[in-house]
Amino acid sequence: MSTRLGTGGRLIDRATSVGFEFNGRKLKGFKGDTLASALLGADQMLVGRSFKYHRPRGIVAAGPEEPNALMNLGKDGHFEPNARATTTEVFDGLTATSQNHWPSLEMDVGVVNNYAARFMPAGFYYKTFIHPRAAWKHLFEPFIRKAAGLGKAPKGRDANTYEHLYVFADVLIVGGGVAGLQAALTAGRSGKKVLLLEQTAHWGGRVPVDGAMIDGMDADAWINATVQALENMENVTLRTRCMGAGVYDHGYALGYERLGDHLAPTTLPRHRLWRIRAKQIITATGALERPLSFAGNDIPGVMLAASLRDYVVNYGVSAGDRTVVVTNNDDAYRTALALKKAGLEVPVILDARPQGGGALMEDCRAIGIRVETGKGISSVKGGKRVESVSICAQAGEGAVLEEITCDAVAMSGGWSPVVHLWSHCGGKLIWDAAQAHFRPDHDRPPLGADGAGFVSVVGAANGQMSTGGCLNDAHQQAQAVIKTVGGKASREVAAKAGAEPMAPMAAVWKMPQGAGYKLRSKTWLDYQNDVKVSDVQLAAQEGFESVEHTKRYTTLGMATDQGKLSNINGLAILADSLNDEIPKVGTTTFRPPYHPISMGSIAGEASRELFQPVDKTPLHGWGEENGAEWEPVGHWRRAYCYKRPGESTEDAVNREVKAVRESLGLLDASTLGKIIVKGPDAGRFLDMMYTNMMSNLKPGKCRYGLMCSENGFLSDDGVVARLDDDTWLCHTTTGGASRIHAHMEEWLQTEWWDWKVYTANVTEQYAQIAVVGPNARKVLEKLGGMDVSKEALGFMEWAEGQIGGFDARVFRISFSGELSYEIAVPASQGRAFWDALWEAGQELNVTAYGTECLHILRAEKGFIMIGDETDGTVIPQDLGLHWALSKKKDDYLGKRAQQRDHMMDPKRWKLVGLESVDGSVIPDGAYAVTEGTNENGQRETQGRVTSTYYSANLERGIAMGLVLNGPDRMGEVISFPKLDGSDVKAKIVDPVFYDREGEKQNV
Amino acid sequence: MSNAVSALQGEAHTGFATITEQGLRGMITLRGDLSAAPMKKAVKALTGSGVPQMRGCVLSDSHGVAWMSPDELLILCPYTHAEAAVAELSKALAGQHFLAANMSDARAVFAITGSAARQVVAKLAPVDMAQSAFSEGEIRRTRLAQAPAAFWLRDAEMIEVMCFRSQAEYVFELLKRAAQPGSETGLF
Repeated sequence: MSTRLGTGGRLIDRATSVGFEFNGRKLKGFKGDTLASALLGADQMLVGRSFKYHRPRGIVAAGPEEPNALMNLGKDGHFEPNARATTTEVFDGLTATSQNHWPSLEMDVGVVNNYAARFMPAGFYYKTFIHPRAAWKHLFEPFIRKAAGLGKAPKGRDANTYEHLYVFADVLIVGGGVAGLQAALTAGRSGKKVLLLEQTAHWGGRVPVDGAMIDGMDADAWINATVQALENMENVTLRTRCMGAGVYDHGYALGYERLGDHLAPTTLPRHRLWRIRAKQIITATGALERPLSFAGNDIPGVMLAASLRDYVVNYGVSAGDRTVVVTNNDDAYRTALALKKAGLEVPVILDARPQGGGALMEDCRAIGIRVETGKGISSVKGGKRVESVSICAQAGEGAVLEEITCDAVAMSGGWSPVVHLWSHCGGKLIWDAAQAHFRPDHDRPPLGADGAGFVSVVGAANGQMSTGGCLNDAHQQAQAVIKTVGGKASREVAAKAGAEPMAPMAAVWKMPQGAGYKLRSKTWLDYQNDVKVSDVQLAAQEGFESVEHTKRYTTLGMATDQGKLSNINGLAILADSLNDEIPKVGTTTFRPPYHPISMGSIAGEASRELFQPVDKTPLHGWGEENGAEWEPVGHWRRAYCYKRPGESTEDAVNREVKAVRESLGLLDASTLGKIIVKGPDAGRFLDMMYTNMMSNLKPGKCRYGLMCSENGFLSDDGVVARLDDDTWLCHTTTGGASRIHAHMEEWLQTEWWDWKVYTANVTEQYAQIAVVGPNARKVLEKLGGMDVSKEALGFMEWAEGQIGGFDARVFRISFSGELSYEIAVPASQGRAFWDALWEAGQELNVTAYGTECLHILRAEKGFIMIGDETDGTVIPQDLGLHWALSKKKDDYLGKRAQQRDHMMDPKRWKLVGLESVDGSVIPDGAYAVTEGTNENGQRETQGRVTSTYYSANLERGIAMGLVLNGPDRMGEVISFPKLDGSDVKAKIVDPVFYDREGEKQNV
Repeated sequence: MSNAVSALQGEAHTGFATITEQGLRGMITLRGDLSAAPMKKAVKALTGSGVPQMRGCVLSDSHGVAWMSPDELLILCPYTHAEAAVAELSKALAGQHFLAANMSDARAVFAITGSAARQVVAKLAPVDMAQSAFSEGEIRRTRLAQAPAAFWLRDAEMIEVMCFRSQAEYVFELLKRAAQPGSETGLF
């Protein structure tokens, strides 16, 4: 059994105990424990079930490479699935549950898959569930998804908050082990701005566990002194619990700071995403130990040797009383020594190398540990716990020489440098046959904008396997990096570490070398996705020769650990099966993030009320106070209607529609885009932007204009007013303000850069209120100030003056067909002006109206709306807007495109009005059908509805639509099928339903 | 003019830095050839300052001029002077190709005050807020989270931020959240 030892544990505080809950059981750990160490300390070796076969799984590692110990953490709004127990610090009140089992962790019915394992090899799902095709979607996939899967998806909204932080540095160093510390020290001495990130809560990495002496001090003392020295440097920023998650182009990197994961939930940000720009990046990310591939290597109690040592030294936790060590390198001997030192038994060390190890092996032998060279594990026995191992000759086929009782196995298959960050942005790798690992190829680094490398890798991540080597490497490369960023390297030298003589390791990809199918099919490569040696071999046999194909076929390395333990072992098996060399097979692609980061941290502050900016007009507050029902238009919120107490939305809209036509309406039109275009070439420029002429517009006059894209499609519309000789004011649609401003600037800056034109988007400078209805003039005259009579201010004219004491620019334009003034006042006075109009209008039944009323009024008049009648495929000619297409001009944007065959095609659907025969409202977007069917068996169509409303003024449904040969088919009745299966019949009519002569707006 | 109110009418909030809406500020967008003598003269006459270099700004108690792009300046002045200032510029630049527009009402201005003011901005804008990279006499035209914004230092412990008036509530909420006590970054 695993247990807490009586002494030891450099990272825990035995004086402070911490209570937490696992699968409903109350357990205790110590401050400083990870969830994994606390579970082991409480003899909870079984932590989950495997993905496919539901095999019992225990903790394997002590860091982010852990494949098995994935937990559902927290509750309700703080619930998070797939959290690694090894990277989760315990705190009082933490709750965790294990995953992927039913009904319980100890008793899981899914384990039947385990007994059927030989019938579920790689590709099983692909092969089995391919026919019949329809069954996949409706039967197989839902079932498999239910059976498989790791954590549960959170049900509610995340209650935590997150934030971003923008940070800039000359040198970013990722990893706070001794190599990272040395690199920071060397770089920091130059005075350049250095940022050092460490993913755990502690500095120093694993050297203190391994026990090196640095500069005559023990490792912990050197680390403390170095951190102290770095903290005293003003140019150096240090941060723990902050993982370097990814490296991207141009020296961009992400840091993932876990501010609150080790604490009970608070209102403070839980994670902070550091968005870093660095001139140079040094990664000192260490190395990960690899498992060995022997039968039963996934049974709880089989752990990585160095991780097992970490638990003993860092947390005072033992995985078992009797631990068999199995290795192909010298490092694992340190585990045997640590176990012995802690008073635990090591019945045997199995060293697969015929000649065994070096000095560390001698040390072990000297204290009486039995060492067997040239030996390996034939298989591990046990179910939910290791019970014994069978020893065999590594060179053989697994014949059992001896059975040894034990309750833990410490395995070491060598070390793989963490090259992820180097590789994220294109750094290449070379195969180091002596160490049997890939390490960075310094001749092919990731390249920056200047064509030079911007990432350096130091220490174990660079294949340095000794403390002294790491320190030297870090120092030298940091010196070079400092020169690259324009600094001056200091004369200090690297810290010195004692010699660590090591015998060469040996590549061991299968144990034993000649393992038969039976052993291989119980030998796990990828614990999390249940991929075995036999699966990779089968994939190779079936022709999946590319490592990327094998990965996807077998799912090797596709789990949440992204193959940190399994990739190299897997591709070695693949290379062996293909009879190829490992470097030729290559690795799969390393993609950021290094280790999963929360979605919340990516979103940062952008949730809830800060999800997106909500743009509010100066009159927004009035709407809030007066029953506005809001609708989003771009980032704006516009009032759809203003509901009075007891009114439905429909009631409110119908009331508004009638009130405007009968007396007086007020509309908040502030959101309409307003762009000033000024300069000697402004007229010429606008003649290109608009389909009609704007250069000949007289100052004081307004003109409605259309804008098309260069492909001829209608893009925006609005009224243009000429302010003076060289200044025009262009109104755009609400959503078009920024887009059209950018469109104008793009043409000015890239195409007509020599034209003398300046633009300014003044949309927000003004509150604009439409005063509409037969009594519009009356209310303005009541407020008084300027002459708004027909004679002084005719239709499609504008004037400046004062109304009721407000500085105003008044446009006599109408989107409703009524007498209408659009009045712009400075935004800061918008609310006061509205209030004045509201008060003055009381005796005239003044009615505030919203966007739906606006739409109905314009539809009654047959005015088009960008986004309703247009959808990016519609040209002005489709909408009968020929009158707005200048024939006098040589050119305008879209003109040439509109002359192409497809645009001139007489069969293009054209705008008409539609009157339902029964007076009902035709459904929005409905299609008119005609005879015949298309190649997909669908009814042929001959038109569609673009706008459809109930008109309270006409007391019937009205619509506009695009119909084949529509304008030539007046009076014809066409049919629109509805979703309920019935049809609505509609007569094709003129799109102007109301005041066809336009008398009302021109009074 | 007495009816004129700013977007948040001086609302304030105290976190690890203090956020205060600054009321109405005169702002003029001035586009033209920044290197031309009449432009320099007109700016000097109005603000008392020369045309600043790229990303530069010059502030006085009442006025200011900030670089916005290679052909655009932002003129700061008292709110009530803005219309007259546009007229003055238009007169001084008559005959030149330029554009001067009063934008005072299109904006909201916030002050972030306190020794940790830089940290608040660093959470929201992709700008190096280190003293060595951003100091008095400079402006950054950038964004705060998803809102367009610009900011400059009024003094060592006061950053002034301007944004669109319509987004004042969003920006105020952003700044408040970023200044939440306990969420200090330990930087700068």
